[in-house]
Amino acid sequence: MKIKILGPGCANCQRLEERTKEAVEALGLDVNLEKVTDAAEIASYGIMRTPGLVVDDTVVVAGQVPSTREISDLLKN
Amino acid sequence: MAMDVDTRRAGLRRWAGLALAAGTWLVLYRFNQPFWDWLIYDVLGLSPQSAEGSALHFFGYDVAKIGLLLVGIIFAVTVLRSFMSIERTRALLGGRREGVGNVMAAGLGVITPFCSCSAVPAFIGFVAAGVPIGVTMSFLIASPLVNEIAIGLLLGMFGVGPTLLYVAAGLTIAIVAGWILGRFHAERWVEPFVFETRLRGQVIDSTAGLTWDDRIAMGRDEVVTILRKIWPYLLVGIGVGAIIHGWVPTDFFATYASASNPLGVIVAVGLGVPLYSNAAGVMPLVQSLYGAGLPMGTLLAFMMSVVALSLPEMILLRRVLKPQLIAAFIAVVATGIIIVGYSFNLLLT
Repeated sequence: MKIKILGPGCANCQRLEERTKEAVEALGLDVNLEKVTDAAEIASYGIMRTPGLVVDDTVVVAGQVPSTREISDLLKN
Repeated sequence: MAMDVDTRRAGLRRWAGLALAAGTWLVLYRFNQPFWDWLIYDVLGLSPQSAEGSALHFFGYDVAKIGLLLVGIIFAVTVLRSFMSIERTRALLGGRREGVGNVMAAGLGVITPFCSCSAVPAFIGFVAAGVPIGVTMSFLIASPLVNEIAIGLLLGMFGVGPTLLYVAAGLTIAIVAGWILGRFHAERWVEPFVFETRLRGQVIDSTAGLTWDDRIAMGRDEVVTILRKIWPYLLVGIGVGAIIHGWVPTDFFATYASASNPLGVIVAVGLGVPLYSNAAGVMPLVQSLYGAGLPMGTLLAFMMSVVALSLPEMILLRRVLKPQLIAAFIAVVATGIIIVGYSFNLLLT
């Protein structure tokens, strides 16, 4: 599974990264986590409000930081 | 059926919790002044006329008051804003002509949830959807300049009059500056890759499908995030006020920075540009300086230059804008702020 965190490094982006890591660990998934900080690349995902979470090239979260549990639910599907 | 009872119970618990929090807030706000009167004047036995007494009282009372205002306002604003999204704003602005577009963009800039860290993706997203550059700039200027947290704090600290003036002035700057930048044919100063960016995948609405619990959690998270970021500004701003309150002669600022000083506003804007903070961070200092007798126009100009023109945001925007457009952006907005500062000083004295 490929996970990308989209965000230039603002507070919300860091929180999303932390929670995603927690969720990944709790689920015991084998993932390839990448941080995308380049604005042009972020925009190309159609995201206008950071942070964003991309799982296998699909945007699943944009502009908000879900709870760790919600992220786990997203990753399970 | 059991499910139904559960959701109803959860709903009841949520609203009761919120009502309890609101009640506690009101009580704290109401008893802030008596509490500090009692603590500083009765318990510590300091005189309200003494420098230490009045400075300490000012500090404690103001930290608590502005802290409470911030918690209440940030929470309420975040919950309300969760009903609006930047995707919806873009849809409203797409294909809009300049003029009307600038006015709409400035208004939407006020109510759309937006952080300057998203300025670049938002810029690309707007341009890719066919929103004219000048209209996009109106949005980007209005968004930090006139935000609801600033409006709430101004209302709580200065009353309706200055708040309305501030909102009107901020919107006017955003509309006119965006319109002027559009007249310059600013497209030629936008990095070409912006026009070639193709959006892959489906755009998802960042606020679709939120429940009330989500919105309340967002409000709580935002209060924590902002307070954690700005508490040093809060303490320093009010600390400065306390020192002025206790020890600086009252006519000190009136002599050097009165409304009749022709350079006052320009100096204020010059000081404000290199400083960067959001409205919540700069407001305590503004209030302290207002208490010290600085004119409102000069202070609003200072605050506007702190929030609207910032080096970090310019560096971010450099990714999509050429230096010429960044320079024009700074020049147009700074001129607007200076004009507003002087007119307020004239109007309010």
